[in-house]
Amino acid sequence: MYSYEQEIVERDENTVHMNVGPSHPSMHGTLRIKMEVKGERIVKTEQEIGFLHTGFEKLGEHRSYNQFITLTDRLNYFSPLSNNIGFALACEELLGITVPRRCQVIRTILAEMSRLADHSLCLGAMTMDLGAFSSILWTFVEREKLYDVFEAVTGTRLTTSYTRVGGLAFDLPADFVKRVTAILDSMENTIDNLRKSFYQNRIFLDRVEGIGCISREMAMSYGITGPMGRASGLDYDLRKFRPYLIYNELKFDVPVYKDGDTLSRYKVRIDEMEQSIKLVRQAMKLLEPGPINFQDQKRTLPDKTSTYGDMESLIHHFKLVMPGEDHGIHPPVTDQYSATEAPNGELGWHIVSDGSSNPYRVRIRGCSFINYPILSRLLDGAMLADLVAILGSFNIIAGELDR
Amino acid sequence: MITYNPENHLKVIAQVEARMGERLLGREEKSHYHQFKVKGQDAKDLIRFLREEPSLAFAMFIDLTAVDYLRYPIAQPERFAVVYTLLSPELGVKAQVKAFVPDGDPRLPSITDLFAGANWTEREVWDLYGIEFMGHPDLKRILMPDDYEGHPLRKDYPLKGRGERGNFPVYHASTQRPKGEG
Repeated sequence: MYSYEQEIVERDENTVHMNVGPSHPSMHGTLRIKMEVKGERIVKTEQEIGFLHTGFEKLGEHRSYNQFITLTDRLNYFSPLSNNIGFALACEELLGITVPRRCQVIRTILAEMSRLADHSLCLGAMTMDLGAFSSILWTFVEREKLYDVFEAVTGTRLTTSYTRVGGLAFDLPADFVKRVTAILDSMENTIDNLRKSFYQNRIFLDRVEGIGCISREMAMSYGITGPMGRASGLDYDLRKFRPYLIYNELKFDVPVYKDGDTLSRYKVRIDEMEQSIKLVRQAMKLLEPGPINFQDQKRTLPDKTSTYGDMESLIHHFKLVMPGEDHGIHPPVTDQYSATEAPNGELGWHIVSDGSSNPYRVRIRGCSFINYPILSRLLDGAMLADLVAILGSFNIIAGELDR
Repeated sequence: MITYNPENHLKVIAQVEARMGERLLGREEKSHYHQFKVKGQDAKDLIRFLREEPSLAFAMFIDLTAVDYLRYPIAQPERFAVVYTLLSPELGVKAQVKAFVPDGDPRLPSITDLFAGANWTEREVWDLYGIEFMGHPDLKRILMPDDYEGHPLRKDYPLKGRGERGNFPVYHASTQRPKGEG
């Protein structure tokens, strides 16, 4: 039987054992850290995870490819669309199909919009943890506006499940471009406000400058990607490494900082938001009418209206959706690692297919799971107050961490 | 900026084939990387070579996971495979090492001394597959509870579990907790 007293067996005279989390406001969900502190100095830490373990990988082996998309919503629940798009792209790479142009443009726009939503919440929450309350209200307002658009596009705010293998669930609403343009303008204003309030702010800078430094070598050894890696000088971005969707047609920069401290991680996210706004603006100009689904009804779900309207589509829908030996999508018998640049880094999918309608194995390389372990190393010898600053800049999402 | 350079694949293949010789069980070309198949005991040697050979320099850890081939339609050398994915920032290519581990004695050397990122991922594979990594500094469960029995991602482990869900101790607000707990 679990007992907290049993964990503290060897107690050093001069140190105090402290427990933070799993339900602590600054622990972002369900993280737990056991610490040994000497005064305000942290001597030793141990991270404990697994409180939100849901068994997505085991469940995935018993779900069809399209059913698994609903589970991907629950991974990084700050940016569910990124996960939907990543998994759909991984399946399409396995099947060897390329989605139509309009679908690629829509996916690019939505991936960048979810990056904006994810980063804005991370920036707001991080500064709130450090005592600045107004900024989370500013960023939350922006995120709400984005979520309103996600709701208009996908029908839900959080559990979007918008993509399908080989396309999308449905097309964009009519006023999409107008609504998004209005949001981007106010978003730019908010980014400007964030810069003005924090870049010269002594109270903020004292808490983050030179705190929690990750070197480029450390980042490579731990496999840290995304904004955290780029804050440490690791210039690795999958949108540039091997451009997917329409990223090779768009002009954007990838911000890279050298210091690797908490402030750099904050700055990288702000700069990335600016680039995402640029990307969405460019991609919206490329929106042209056209089909949104790959035209092969043996592998892609037919349009909902034609499923209800004509016999052939209904048969194909039935064959793809209903359980059965020869039903569903049948990828070749092989395995494949594919990855996309999610807001937190490289979101990888190692899919092993046995030729049946369910994946044989889905490995989710969650960015949070790979980015999180370095925390204990950064906390060795740090001050207790640094914990919230460093952890806030990591943007650890428990859904993706524990899977 | 690190960019993908498909021309460097040939360099990697030549170097790996020269180094491993007979010990390389096979090689497979994937969409944007090559997969090298080896036996479990050779995996660390190959990964160390990939990392430390100056002309390859696979210095970045990407992923470590495992697959249970118990019910796979195509026969595999062994039941389990541990899959390592690495990136070479200098060459701009990824490489994957697939190490086969037998059912009866699922053990292979740990690579935590080469890549710090392998620490948690190896614990995860131990937790979910029961594959032991020799030389790991702290090999214990990470996602499942400490007192959990079995390894849930194995193919012979049922989806609904073995009744663990009902066996967790449950405290209600009205019950008095035993002294010294919680």
